[in-house]
Amino acid sequence: MLKFPIYLDYSATTPVDPRVAEKMIPYLTELFGNPASRSHSYGWTAEKAVEEAREDVAALVNADPKEIIWTSGATESNNLAIKGAAHFYSGKGKHIITLKTEHKAVLDTVRELERQGFEATYLDVQENGLLDLNVLKAAIRPDTVVVSVMFVNNEVGVVQPIAEIGELCREKGIIFHVDAAQATGKVAIDLSTLKVDLMSFSAHKTYGPKGIGALYVRRKPRVRLEAQMHGGGHERGLRSGTLATHQIVGMGEAFRLARIEMAEENARVLALRDRLLAGLTTIEETFVNGDMDNRVPHNLNISFAYVEGESLIMAIKDIAVSSGSACTSASLEPSYVLRALGRNDELAHSSIRFTIGRFTTVEEVDYTIDLLQRKIGKLRELSPLWDMFKEGIDLDTVQWAAH
Amino acid sequence: MFAPVYLDHNATTPLDSSVREAMLPWFGDRFGNASSRHEYGRAARKAVDEARAQVAAAVNAHPTEVIFTGGGSEANNLFIKGAAALMKPGLVAVSAIEHPCVREPARQLIRSGWRCLEIAVDGGGRIDLAAFDRVLAEKPRLVSIMQANNETGVIQDVAALAKTVKTAGGWMHCDAVQALGKIEVDFRALGVHGLTLSAHKIRGPVGVGALIVDKRIELAPLVAGGGQERNLRSGTENVMAIVGFGAACELIVSYREARSRQIAALQAVLEAGLVGLGACIFSAGAPRLANTSFFAIPGVDGETLVGRLDRAGFAVASGSACSSAHPEPSHTLLAMGVDAALARAAVRVSLGAGSTRQDVDGFLTALGENLASLRTMTAVAV
Repeated sequence: MLKFPIYLDYSATTPVDPRVAEKMIPYLTELFGNPASRSHSYGWTAEKAVEEAREDVAALVNADPKEIIWTSGATESNNLAIKGAAHFYSGKGKHIITLKTEHKAVLDTVRELERQGFEATYLDVQENGLLDLNVLKAAIRPDTVVVSVMFVNNEVGVVQPIAEIGELCREKGIIFHVDAAQATGKVAIDLSTLKVDLMSFSAHKTYGPKGIGALYVRRKPRVRLEAQMHGGGHERGLRSGTLATHQIVGMGEAFRLARIEMAEENARVLALRDRLLAGLTTIEETFVNGDMDNRVPHNLNISFAYVEGESLIMAIKDIAVSSGSACTSASLEPSYVLRALGRNDELAHSSIRFTIGRFTTVEEVDYTIDLLQRKIGKLRELSPLWDMFKEGIDLDTVQWAAH
Repeated sequence: MFAPVYLDHNATTPLDSSVREAMLPWFGDRFGNASSRHEYGRAARKAVDEARAQVAAAVNAHPTEVIFTGGGSEANNLFIKGAAALMKPGLVAVSAIEHPCVREPARQLIRSGWRCLEIAVDGGGRIDLAAFDRVLAEKPRLVSIMQANNETGVIQDVAALAKTVKTAGGWMHCDAVQALGKIEVDFRALGVHGLTLSAHKIRGPVGVGALIVDKRIELAPLVAGGGQERNLRSGTENVMAIVGFGAACELIVSYREARSRQIAALQAVLEAGLVGLGACIFSAGAPRLANTSFFAIPGVDGETLVGRLDRAGFAVASGSACSSAHPEPSHTLLAMGVDAALARAAVRVSLGAGSTRQDVDGFLTALGENLASLRTMTAVAV
């Protein structure tokens, strides 16, 4: 039995895995202590749970637990990493480099630093969504202090060459931050070999709860940050505030499961994604956005030409998908990520991001293929542009009458 | 499982079962991102908005004035740094007994050219009005004074202080984290520009709080990117926790008065017993929260006593949880002029909704027994 709407928006958020929820519930019941309470067993129990979770998070990315700082989520981690490093190292220089296709949490943070007197370079990506290392090399200046590049793009799922960027940054003595919110459980991350200084994580994209994330802060060579949240001195002074034990326990368990099950799950998800891809590309005039080789297994972002974006979204209400990232989907602006990949406004508007996950079934994928085939056909029947295209008119050469 | 009697409700409170019930569905099918436009997202958005209305109702604010944060510390940081970021540097003044998550952000402003002053308190832990007037004469741009202290439970007359601050042209912020649920917290009546709340002190979940902000003032965000919470706090909404916060606020609205009467009766029993055991109760004569008793037995180290009480089955604290990693005596007590030796003897008992007469009697018995054995040991040592 299919349950509607079919959820294919796993990059916006994931359900909490029932095994994760089960692990969290005792901490919402009898194990409610504040981990900062040092005078009684309620506090000690909570503190022990927090430290075990820290080990699980560290293990997924092959880091030392001491390098993991809890935050309220990847957005806060990105803010702490970029502002914290930029401020701490501002004596060395005030130039920051990032990509045009980063998440708003990075872009808005960098813009804020620009208002504070930093300079920023927003790099173009190639048509496949990947960064060209030569473009980065050319942008690095003697006063560049921070480079921030996302591991996996949230909209098109491409995997950036993090290892190579890391080598380059280390060689130049630049702090390298990576937003890995979309990467955990999807790609292998080994911080003992990657030359990454700071890495942001989120629980709710990897079957953990919302409201919890972490920042990896490298100890060797040591990376320093200025705290952004001040108070009781939790998290070695880097992030004050009472730790949310149940959420931390949930993130730990989610990351532990990701480590154990990643290989098997990604193979299954990839098979479903390829089935979806094969089914949808039977529709004429569809374009896959982003590189297909350097890509996470669960993402498919497709532009359907000659259909209007809003009508398309309305027509496929049986499935829960996104026409951009959830964070910007309240606006009707076309995706800035697809624009950066060189898609025009029309194509960007009629693009859908399908993201498959742990609970997606073959039946759901087949239903989706059938739905899209029917609805796109119907919408195009109503479209004068489609007729013109079918008649062989090159729409780019048409002189439209102005109103 | 052996569960000690929990008498440390100012550190955190157990989740109320009704709050847990409200939260659990968000582990299941209702997992959407509140910013998504599909059904999953809209359900999450609706839940966040309902919780916003519940929180607003608990403190007599408008729902649009509620900004959800990751907790009380973040809300305090947001107001102080967020307000200062859009002002010319000037004077920031906070009371000498504020929680570190107010004092530290205020001190951070020094680096951007601000002056930071602490407003003294009297021996009972209330704002010293003469000191307050002296600070006000210097026209502070920002003032922050807590409604109820986390250690002594002393309540300040925030409404009167706020009026003076506003007349002097400053912005007034109040940390009401410990007051919420225990006494009336009325955003309008307090007349402050910003008010900090936390869910986990009122039988709600850890990891969520709120800043109530007067819509006529502008703040800069601390966390950028995504534009959630009127652009003041970006990041995917922690829907389950926000729902829990809303549910916990409902409890306040329905039960606060009855509960505080019960707790006040327990406090009377507790404090009579403490005095009988030779304790001095800090701020005994000041208006105080009914659940909080901060006391010292002269000559008995607070840490040692708290450790023994834990082994006897009673979870209490020697001060605030946030600073319990540090062995220094309570800054609140030092600000009240209590000498360091007596401050080191301090123990805090904070009662909660589930506390009973039996808990209090048991605690007093355990305290009496431990004092007797500690005195014997001291006598032997001498």
